[in-house]
Amino acid sequence: MSVEQMYQDIIIDHYREKHHSGLRTPFGAEVHHVNPSCGDEVTLRVAVDGDTISDVSYDAEGCAISQAATSVMCDLVIGRDVADSMALFAEFREMMEGQGEVVPDEDRLEDAIAFAGVAQFPARVKCAMLGWSALRDALVRSGVELPRLPDDKE
Amino acid sequence: MLNPAAIRGDFPILDREVNGHPLVYLDSANTSQKPREVVEAMEAHYLRHNANVARAMHTLGAEATEAFEGARVKIGDFIQARSSDEVIFTKNASEALNLAAYTLGRRLGPGDEVVISVMEHHSNLVPWQLACEASGATLRWFDITEDGRLDLESAQRDGLINERTKVVSLAWVSNVLGTINPIRTVADWAHSVGAVMVVDGSQGVPQRDTDVNALGADLLAFTAHKLCGPTGIGVLWGRYELLAELPPFLGGGEMIEVVRMENSTYAPPPHRFEAGTPPIAQAVGMGAAIDYLNRIGMEEIAAHESDITARILSGLGALPGVHILGPCEVVDRGGAVSFTVDGVHPHDLMQLLDSRGVAVRGGHHCAAPLHRRLRVQSSSRASGYLYTTPEEVNALVEAVAWSYDFFNSRTGRKS
Ligand SMILES: Cc1ncc(COP(=O)(O)O)c(C=O)c1O
Repeated sequence: MSVEQMYQDIIIDHYREKHHSGLRTPFGAEVHHVNPSCGDEVTLRVAVDGDTISDVSYDAEGCAISQAATSVMCDLVIGRDVADSMALFAEFREMMEGQGEVVPDEDRLEDAIAFAGVAQFPARVKCAMLGWSALRDALVRSGVELPRLPDDKE
Repeated sequence: MLNPAAIRGDFPILDREVNGHPLVYLDSANTSQKPREVVEAMEAHYLRHNANVARAMHTLGAEATEAFEGARVKIGDFIQARSSDEVIFTKNASEALNLAAYTLGRRLGPGDEVVISVMEHHSNLVPWQLACEASGATLRWFDITEDGRLDLESAQRDGLINERTKVVSLAWVSNVLGTINPIRTVADWAHSVGAVMVVDGSQGVPQRDTDVNALGADLLAFTAHKLCGPTGIGVLWGRYELLAELPPFLGGGEMIEVVRMENSTYAPPPHRFEAGTPPIAQAVGMGAAIDYLNRIGMEEIAAHESDITARILSGLGALPGVHILGPCEVVDRGGAVSFTVDGVHPHDLMQLLDSRGVAVRGGHHCAAPLHRRLRVQSSSRASGYLYTTPEEVNALVEAVAWSYDFFNSRTGRKS
């Protein structure tokens, strides 16, 4: 696994031009998450309309992996229903924690399969999960009922 | 001049390859590599002389005690302490600073002030926050100037150190900016108001000839793993008269005199501050590290650090998109060179450099308030030591230039 393979074009493109970036209103909940080991941080807002995530907006600073992963996540979940978004969360997490052994479903994860290579660098998995963890927390705080996911450690 | 090429033979790890490239280890401010003789001294201790110290009276116990106390003497001599009784063994510099903050904190109360600086490592910041919270004292701090030096002028103007000041605690050398602080000047100022001067020598002691008396410190913390020694041991040196006044820190075996169920009396320094079985093999290793450094010579090591630092500063400084934090010339400047690269986050830079065998640190280097003050979220840091060669600096500079292209130009990225 080379860094060229790790930093795929998709990741660099999302890093350069983050989709859905910037904090917007209205929103149901706002959270602030940090990765204390490197200082990456994200402030993330979520708006839920019925069963659907109607918007995710964020202000984030950090490495290419964390920024691109958050950008890709927003593409995936905005307009999607909450339960299916959390199923995607679980699939993404399974890929990231699989140390490169898990074959991702491209139809489901779309651009997010570009992070499969990052899974081979355990120190960077947290970077890829930062935005996703913030999203999940924001959904909890906005009062929506979340399904229990496979492999939840809590 | 010291010859790093000859010295490298003593450090087997430096022959390693990382990701198909020769290792270029530029993270010595984080932890230094260890010469073979340090590892062998610890091995010989464990395999031939191992026993507990002080409380074991048999032959092995005597040998272990002699080795342990012998290391204390070497360390005292290394920093020109008046007596080895002024050398307290701790687990690392952080514990040494906690010892200082806790014991001095017991004498603090509302209205008292503790002065640190905005460039402190968290280890010389959080313990003082805790001491102030517990005692009701107020924490104040030196700011820095635009070029990353301690802002003495604004401190003077604001009366930062005054009759309420009880403790001043500063890094001798910044682990981020590389700045060498004017400890003597600040110590004289602190002493003129009756305050105690604490110095975090974590980055200074490994690279510079240390004379605690000339420095002006009352307490000095440092850590073995940054000076070719093992992890698990650090030192708090203190002026004996001050140590004798301070209350215990941790309670337990070895730190006592007479123990009754109702109360106890405590051993004199340094043992008063060393509860329980100490890091014995680590002390042996630290002693061996100091023998090693002495043989090469601290003046030589300091001159070599300046040479390598100048090369890093001019090499990185000439690259497009690279910004150096801290002083850009080697005047009152130690060896940590922190920098940012436009368009490349430190975390990514670290990964790209690592792919070429170059090890640097990326993040806030345990100095988050300093990064906030500098208005950068995080930075990358290169730091050498006595084994660092000019060729390694070239490898760093080339790898940083490559990383900049990798992220900032499509063609560069795709080549
Ligand atoms: C300036 C400074 N102070 C304190 C420390 C803490 O040293 P240790 O981790 O050995 O306690 C370090 C190193 O990490 C440092 O660079």
